[in-house]
Parts: sequence; structure tokens; C-alpha cells
Amino acid sequence: MNSLCRIFCFCLLVLLPSARVSAHAFLEHSDPSVGSKVHSAPATVRIWFTEAIEPRFSSIQVFDATGKQVDKKDTHSDPSNRSLLQVSLPRLGPGSYKVVWRVVSVDTHRTNGDFTFQIAQ
Amino acid sequence: MKHLTLFFWLVCAACELGVTSRAFGHGFAGARFFPATLSTDDPFVSDELSLPTVSTIRTPDNGGTRETDISVDIAKRITPQFAVEIGETLTVLNPHEGPGANGFGNLELGGKYQLLKNGEHEAIVSIGLGVEIGGTGSSSVGADSFSTWTPGIFFGKGFGDLPEALRFLKPLALTGLASIAIPTSASTRSITVNDQTGERDIEIEQHPDVLEWGLALEYSVIYLQSQVQDMHLPAPIDRLIPLVEFAMETPLNRGPLGPTTGTINPGVIWAGKYFQVGMEAVIPINEHTGNNVGVIAQLHFFLDDLFPHSIGRPVFGGNK
Repeated sequence: MNSLCRIFCFCLLVLLPSARVSAHAFLEHSDPSVGSKVHSAPATVRIWFTEAIEPRFSSIQVFDATGKQVDKKDTHSDPSNRSLLQVSLPRLGPGSYKVVWRVVSVDTHRTNGDFTFQIAQ
Repeated sequence: MKHLTLFFWLVCAACELGVTSRAFGHGFAGARFFPATLSTDDPFVSDELSLPTVSTIRTPDNGGTRETDISVDIAKRITPQFAVEIGETLTVLNPHEGPGANGFGNLELGGKYQLLKNGEHEAIVSIGLGVEIGGTGSSSVGADSFSTWTPGIFFGKGFGDLPEALRFLKPLALTGLASIAIPTSASTRSITVNDQTGERDIEIEQHPDVLEWGLALEYSVIYLQSQVQDMHLPAPIDRLIPLVEFAMETPLNRGPLGPTTGTINPGVIWAGKYFQVGMEAVIPINEHTGNNVGVIAQLHFFLDDLFPHSIGRPVFGGNK
């Protein structure tokens, strides 16, 4: 048993220092937040990811309840925060909206997801 | 002291990997992250290392035997859809009466091929073939002298495509497997000689084909937070995946059929950036399996996130 513990500790020592510090990028939080109901129309949808992302290969799309894309198709990152991606919105009316995102993290892992938010009357 | 040393190294590893950061690991179908399950094999083809998986339970053998297994498993993708696996287990047996025994089990090799992955419906289907190589382990802990081949099918399905009215059920997911363990020897014969009478006693043990089947039902707080409703849950709760696993075995042939044995294992997994940790209770379904609750715990590394440009990517076919 003692030797197994030593092997385990040795593997950790060998594995970990050489590991790269990047991984799959996933949604950490967003504005509007996932599943929320807001009372004023947001001017942007902003998503903070868990990793730095490649904006050239990443996108955010916003769709209304009829499935029509309503964002301004100008997905861009924040130069001061490479894990933040955002897209501009026109003035939206009350209703339910679906946000669909696809990103590639700096280590080339691809992830995607979606969520909804509502704008109250 | 030994436990203290191990704990120290685990803390060091956790600090080095950045446990406090909020991030994800691997095992995806669409937006769904599936963790590696502890008691049943998951359907994902990936680069991963389980080091270690520790389980302990008191079995009914010899009036009650405490069996502790410490295993190591590593999987490596050859292509994005195909991976090979290798595993080894150290078994420690402590019977209620008599001397204990310990030793390695048979070497286990396997391959898994991902047949289907549908991101929209968070579904995946894989097939696999495993082999336990007879004679490579210690007979003192019950390692068979013959090999056993195990073809199987694996699936995973997230419930993210449920209607909005059932949105809080969307974090649910189900994985499962069905495989048949086929021993290369139908039976083994052992001869014991009575010291006093000199009579020989021949015992024939049948080795049936065994249907191995299992399910894992999980509720991902990670999915809840990022896909359904941000509940603003604090760490580490926001990365938890409560689950219950069902790991069963049903003999199919050769002699009077024995009952289905297996365990129901409720527990929880915490999935981080580069690794996950999980722990489950192991509850026997009947007295043939055991009378006591055991426990299984696992530390599992995501090699594709740790080494995305070297050993964490497929040998052929790029990093998909």
C-alpha cells in the first residue's frame, strides 16, 4: 500500500508541472443572466467564459420567439478581458429571447450552449 | 502519517491546478458535460486517467470478507472516435476469520468506438470491447486463470431538449451500458485431497456468460447554472453533479442460473477544470451481493485539458 501511495505521488509530480493551464471554455456567467427576467431591454448580451477564447472562431447569436435573429451580428471580445464575449442588440421589445453561443478556447477546444432571458412588459 | 502525506500531496495538486477557479472538464455532447461515472463505464471516448479509484465493501464470502480495491485506469484516444484503455487493480482481502490476502487482479485492456454523437439532443452511443487477461493477476485474490472478453454498448442522453415547462428537469442526464462477459473457459476443476482419508474431492466451478448492465442518472448543477437558470450558487456547489448509479450482473447460462447481483450507488461528483472527484455509497441489492454498505471514491484527471497539445489529443485526426 505504501508503494502504491508513492507511485501515486510520483505520477502527480510528473503530470502536473508539465500541464498546460487552459481547458474547455464554458459559460461562467452572463448579462442578462441565464434564465432571468429583466425590466429594461439590454443593449448587449455579454458572456464571461471560464477560459480565454478566440473571438475569430466564436459567436453569440440572439433569436426572438419566432426564431428570427435579432442581434447586430457584431460579436466581439473585450481587449482587456479575453474571456468576455459580447454582441450588440437593437432596442428589443418585451418577450422571450434565446441566446446561442459557440466558442473556441485558446487551446482549440470547442464548446457551445444556449440559454433564454425575458424582457418584461 | 501515510494518510497525512497523501492528503498533503492532494492539496498541493489541487493548488497547482487552480481548484478555486470556475471551469469545466470534458465529456461533451452538445452543451452537455457528462462526468466520468465511478461504478459504470461511461460512453465517452476521451483521454483520461483515474488515479486512483478506491472502493471497499464487506462481501458475504467466508462469513464476511472486507474487500478493498485500489485501481488505476488510463484511456488514450487513437482517433477522435476511438480510444484504448488499460486498467489494473490491487485487491486487499480481509476475511472475518483466517489470514488475509492481497495482490493484483488480472490486467484489463479495452477499446471503445464512438458510433454516434448528436449535440442537439445531447446523445451519444459507443461500442466497446474489453478483455481481462487471464493469469496475469494473483489467484490469492480470485484472479481468474482464463481470459474474459466483454463486448458492450454504451449510451448517454441529456434531457436538455425537454420543453420549457419542464426546464428544471433539463439538467438531468442518463448514461448506461449493456455488455456480456464471455469467459474463455466454461468451467474450472479443482481437486482437494482429504489428509486423513486420502479421498480426492473434485469440485467443478461453472463460469457462465454474464450480462453486465448499468445506468447512471445524474443532475448537473453545472448545466442548471449555465443553460437553465443562474441560481447564483456559490462554489463548490455550482460544480456538483449528484447522481445515482446502478451496476448489475446477471448470469446467462451454464448450470442453475444464479440471481442478479449488483449495487445501487448514490453519490456526488465535483467536476473542476482539469479533474473531478467523486464519492458514492455502494448499497448491495440483495444478500448475494452483500449485507453491508460500502463506499467508492475516485480522483479522475482530464488529460485532454491538462495536455491539449500533446498526450491529451488523438494520435491521429486532430483535436476534435
